Amino acid sequence: MNTFLQVTIDGILNGMIYALVASGLSLTWGVMDVINFAHGEFLMAAMYLTYWLAFYGGVDPLVAWVAAGLFGFMLGWLVFRLVVVHCLDKTPMAALLATFGLSMMLKNGCLYLFSPNYRVLSGTWLEGKKIIAGSLVIPLPQLVTSIFALLMVSALYLLLRKTRLGWAIQATSMDREAAELMGIDTRWILTLVFALSGACVGVAGGLMPMYLAVHPEVGSLFSLIAFLIVAMGGFGSMIGAFFAALLIGLVESYAGFYAAPVLKYVAVFSLYLVVVQWRPKGLFGW
Amino acid sequence: MSDQSGASGNLDPSPVSSSSYTKSVSDFIGIGLLLFLLVLPKLSVLFGAIENYIFPAPYGRFQNLLSSNFLHVLILIFLYSAMSQAWNIIGGYCGQISFGHSVFFGIGAYGAGMSVVKYGMVPWPGVVAGAFAASLIALMISYPCFKLRGHYFAIATFAVVEIFNRMFMVWDWINGALGLDYPIIEEGWKQFIWYDSKVEYYYGALALMTLIFFIVRFLETHRFGYYLRAVREGAEIAESLGVDSTRVKLSAMALSAGITALCGSFFVQYNLRVDPPMVMSLDMSLNFVLITVLGGIGTLWGPFLGALVLIPLQEYTRAWWSGDGLDLIIFGFMIVIVVLKQPQGIQGIVSNMFKTKKRE
Amino acid sequence: MSAALAFLEVQNVTMKFGSLTANSDVSFSVEKGSIIGLIGPNGAGKTTLFNCITGHYVPSAGKIFFDGKDISGLPPYVIARSGAVRTFQIVRPFKEMTVLENVMVGAFLRETNVKKARDIAERCLDLCHLNEVRDKPAGDLPIGNKKRLELARVLATGPKLLMLDEAIAGLTSTEVNEAVDLIRRLNRQEGMTILMVEHIMEAVLPLSDKVVVLDGGVKIAEGPPDKVIYDEKVIEAYFGLKFSQKLMQLQARGLKNDE
Repeated sequence: MNTFLQVTIDGILNGMIYALVASGLSLTWGVMDVINFAHGEFLMAAMYLTYWLAFYGGVDPLVAWVAAGLFGFMLGWLVFRLVVVHCLDKTPMAALLATFGLSMMLKNGCLYLFSPNYRVLSGTWLEGKKIIAGSLVIPLPQLVTSIFALLMVSALYLLLRKTRLGWAIQATSMDREAAELMGIDTRWILTLVFALSGACVGVAGGLMPMYLAVHPEVGSLFSLIAFLIVAMGGFGSMIGAFFAALLIGLVESYAGFYAAPVLKYVAVFSLYLVVVQWRPKGLFGW
Repeated sequence: MSDQSGASGNLDPSPVSSSSYTKSVSDFIGIGLLLFLLVLPKLSVLFGAIENYIFPAPYGRFQNLLSSNFLHVLILIFLYSAMSQAWNIIGGYCGQISFGHSVFFGIGAYGAGMSVVKYGMVPWPGVVAGAFAASLIALMISYPCFKLRGHYFAIATFAVVEIFNRMFMVWDWINGALGLDYPIIEEGWKQFIWYDSKVEYYYGALALMTLIFFIVRFLETHRFGYYLRAVREGAEIAESLGVDSTRVKLSAMALSAGITALCGSFFVQYNLRVDPPMVMSLDMSLNFVLITVLGGIGTLWGPFLGALVLIPLQEYTRAWWSGDGLDLIIFGFMIVIVVLKQPQGIQGIVSNMFKTKKRE
Repeated sequence: MSAALAFLEVQNVTMKFGSLTANSDVSFSVEKGSIIGLIGPNGAGKTTLFNCITGHYVPSAGKIFFDGKDISGLPPYVIARSGAVRTFQIVRPFKEMTVLENVMVGAFLRETNVKKARDIAERCLDLCHLNEVRDKPAGDLPIGNKKRLELARVLATGPKLLMLDEAIAGLTSTEVNEAVDLIRRLNRQEGMTILMVEHIMEAVLPLSDKVVVLDGGVKIAEGPPDKVIYDEKVIEAYFGLKFSQKLMQLQARGLKNDE
């Protein structure tokens, strides 16, 4: 029973981290129907930033995430203005393919600059700290990241539902032309949404070097899983994505423990295929 | 090959004759290119001999043409344009952007590989079995996936690659993650294996590419080709005109998967080794898509032009800079530019040049 | 049994989307060689009914017979192959194919051979006055030509029953006259049966042998246009008194022109 609980806790912690990574993606998908394939590479770039800040500047990730978030925001802004905005009036695949190109540039750019080495950050404030309850172990870095995930998803939810800006974003996502007529500067709104999405993944990248090695490929798998989560959650549904992330974290954890570690991603990807067979627009989609 | 496009209205200056004119020019260039590639290895022998006669051995430049590195680059160009052309059928003409083609490629590779390594036979039974298996699996995967729209479909194809990759990694029958290593066996066309010479591989790859280009050229001018594009442009409308869009998509997918598997078989016979990450990975899948996009998606020449630019870039930056990922940075940049500025890819640039020339 | 059926027979069709009932117990029939107008105010359920006939929706209840066969619930392409072909209210050409290629896709329904299909397509382009633009990408056409293309593409399939979903709406008055002429010609000369959903009364009434009026998802009247015009329910629900008088005048003029 205790192992089961432990595996469940690990799954939930993992799922929360996925939720954090996926939240920004869910935003862009919902508002402009764009999958940013470079999402994982944004994450990787933010992780490198945190790593170097800690390595050369001694800044702890618990502080550096602010910088990483800002960095993600600016990266998102830049990428939207330079690339994505030009794809919006083309086929739905245009943005996907263009951001593919971008992800190759970012990934291989980091490979070129920083070599393929795995870089592990040591000496962070939370390193090795954990909460022990009976035989259950909750590692603190992961827990803190999970709390961030919860805060982030709630903040985004409130932003969308309770603020004027959120109202403008929703109007833009429903009907761009009508929003224009209501006096909303949709280009600005879309830029902001993309930048916010970058900021979310930036914060995630700011925190994750606490317990994950940094390397040029680190974003790829996270991208894939984030896509699964957003698709499974349902077209742009923030809440759906959150639950999908938890589900995927749990399935990964159970399959890894009770079946075999190599099979955990088989289980996760199969789960997606099964879910969309049953609900082609995702769990919370319509 | 160009009978019906050439036949209609040579006299009237209406745009039709110009479009069929473009087609015949394209056929003409294609056949010319094929003939040139057929004699290229012989030509370089000739040039080499002449040059050797004038500038004896250490100075010979043309001999480089026959150098195995040069042939290697050509073989890869042929192979990758064949692969991308196979993908182009379903991805370009039919508009179903699949990121799952490395699965079919891998199945073809393992088909030939198993035949040689595990069963000690010639590769051909495995080639055939691989192609059939790939088509069958393509049908089984695609049928449920075609119900999904847009990004949901794309993500499903990613998922399929990841699942197959990891299943193959732990599948004992095919040696799992260890992969298959070819033993030293007799050379020759029967085995389709050569250890020192690359000329035979060159012709093999050329034949493979030609076959696939002929298939696509044939489709372009027949009903099925029109249906493919109609389904891409609007499945619902096509259905209202009596087109069974699901069947069209499934047939295109099966055809595409089958010939992709042939390319996979060639790949393993050329490398003499296969393991799951080599053939069944997202990166491999992306090659299919991005080469076609770079060259010109949904066009006959796109896959060739894409491979013609990408492969030398890849091979030579690696040779000259030993550059970690430099080629891919450039490739990524080109993809971004193509998507933003020239959706028809290199093919679009080339045909624009043609058009302006004609106007002058 | 099939002998008693009309060419197209809609029997008690009900279509529900969740709790919303778009059509309720609608029945009517279309005789071979006639032109039938399906009219009604916005939201009356015309297009929904149309989509049920063409197989885009599966009716929640009721049956639809075409040419003696039960077609209810069959997929659209099967219905199209049996000879009942439709246009769409919102024109959707195959944008990146040329106009000629667009029409050839339609022609392939009755002809596999590319050369012959092209011949058929060219004839249909002539009929719809599209010959000059036949090598343009269909996406580049202005709206009027797109509507013509929609019609040409459907004609190329050689339909037995032609179903037009607001094919005339949005055209200029010259274009409307042209289209009306074409529809009449198709009906008289080729013996094509035509079912048209339409807003523009000026066009529908003089053309139709019979009109079916829907309101709120229910059939409120059916009959020859000059009768339906006087129907109390129709006047109330749809035209309003003033407008109906104006229509009657138009109608009278239209019939005169016809003779």
